[in-house]
Amino acid sequence: MPAAIRQILTAKWTKPVVFLACASPLAFLAARAYNGQLGANPVEFLQHFSGDWTLRFLLITLAVTPLRKLLNLPDLIRFRRMFGLFAFFYVCLHFLTYIGPDQAFSFAGMLKDVAKRPFITVGFAGFLLLIPLAITSTSGWIRRLGGKNWQSLHRLIYVAALCGVVHYYWLVKSDHRLPLLYAAILAVLLLYRLAVSFLKH
Amino acid sequence: MSTEKYGELTYADVTPKAVYFNRRQILRGMGLAGAALVGAKVFGRLAFPPSSAAADNKLNVSIKSPYSTTEKQTSFEDVTHYNNFYEFGTSKTDPARNAGKFRTSPWTVSVEGECKKPAKYSMDDILKLASLEERIYRHRCVEGWSIVVPWIGYSLNTILKLAEPNEKAKFVAFETFYEPGQMPWATSSGIMLPYVEGLRLDEAMNPLTLLCVGMYGESLPNQDGAPVRLVIPWKYGFKSIKSIIKIRFVKGEPPTTWNRYAPSEYGFYSNVNPNVDHPRWSQATERRLGEIFKRKTLMFNGYSDQVASMYTGMDLKKYY
Repeated sequence: MPAAIRQILTAKWTKPVVFLACASPLAFLAARAYNGQLGANPVEFLQHFSGDWTLRFLLITLAVTPLRKLLNLPDLIRFRRMFGLFAFFYVCLHFLTYIGPDQAFSFAGMLKDVAKRPFITVGFAGFLLLIPLAITSTSGWIRRLGGKNWQSLHRLIYVAALCGVVHYYWLVKSDHRLPLLYAAILAVLLLYRLAVSFLKH
Repeated sequence: MSTEKYGELTYADVTPKAVYFNRRQILRGMGLAGAALVGAKVFGRLAFPPSSAAADNKLNVSIKSPYSTTEKQTSFEDVTHYNNFYEFGTSKTDPARNAGKFRTSPWTVSVEGECKKPAKYSMDDILKLASLEERIYRHRCVEGWSIVVPWIGYSLNTILKLAEPNEKAKFVAFETFYEPGQMPWATSSGIMLPYVEGLRLDEAMNPLTLLCVGMYGESLPNQDGAPVRLVIPWKYGFKSIKSIIKIRFVKGEPPTTWNRYAPSEYGFYSNVNPNVDHPRWSQATERRLGEIFKRKTLMFNGYSDQVASMYTGMDLKKYY
């Protein structure tokens, strides 16, 4: 059975399939838009949609390493960069809905808002942290930086994910169950790493 | 200012509801059916079945109010599918889905407390107390969105005066119906229920404060606060308490639900004020449902002429 799974994970066709799966929320969005079902506040719908998927893909990306070790499926690494880049794609969409409809494309207005509102500050910080990670996601950049440096740099995703969860928690009015669920999953994923490094030393 | 932008659109310009609810059939009749589009449509229909049409319950409206705005009205569909009514769920689309089992008949509103003539009113009584007027008000939520709604009702002071409040009455407290059996989120919304609200007596007596029994020519849908609610157009939406069962004259400032939940974020007054931000977000702008970009929020939501005098000398940053 593990051999069969490994064969699937390493097959040529799995990458395009996983890619389509990662892009499928967009099909859902298109279907809803076509049916006029983005609700009374489409901008807010798009903001929540893109924010939710950013967080989900950050957590999926962070889950790759623990799952590789725990399930003994090293080939899962093939998809990690794709997951991370999808997180970046959805956060860009999220940012566009903010700088556009919310800030009317005013850079000055955005900076004022970022400085003044803690939940925006922390969300914006998370977005900025993901930019260098997206840029250096290529094999060329791994080579140029060297494996060790590259790995250190990419640990920024821990901070970015933390920013994302806090951003979500701070903007909710009274029902905190969903942000707390994301926080709990993130906590498990980060504690796993802490435990591993602790056992190594 | 912004009222000019849309010209003189009235309720007559709103898409008729029958046409609205049949829009999918109409679209289909037009034969727009590429295979991909059909696929998307089928997927959409499975995932999100269309909302059912509301029952026919027209109200007799005899007066068009001079307080009405001529701004473009928000669609009936939006006003009935984008609600904050935490007893029926905390997401905007929950109340439309979950308020179906809410029984609003029979209904009694008790007027009591510091007054000479406390009384209990049935919905029939309330509908006959005064001629119904249509008032098209701007409605601004504390969260930063707004709507324009043709409400139906009459000034709250009509029913308050009948009770003859005594000298001790300085505030009016309101309470929403509460029964977990009919309200699926009654115990899990995160806020303390039953929902309670309050106004200073002069605010409650202000002719703008509407005792509202309907909208868009019909009685109120459950998710919009059936069968009777307040509409206080110069305050943030949460002050406009829904599904009222109790109106009580009191001596001191009564507790209010959102203030009790987060006193630093939601004040007792909660007047719409672009100059006093919510601690977490700006109140300078708002998104009118149906629009992409935000517009400027007006002081007292544009009702300064009618209400500003009630607050002269008050520090509105302190009494937010």
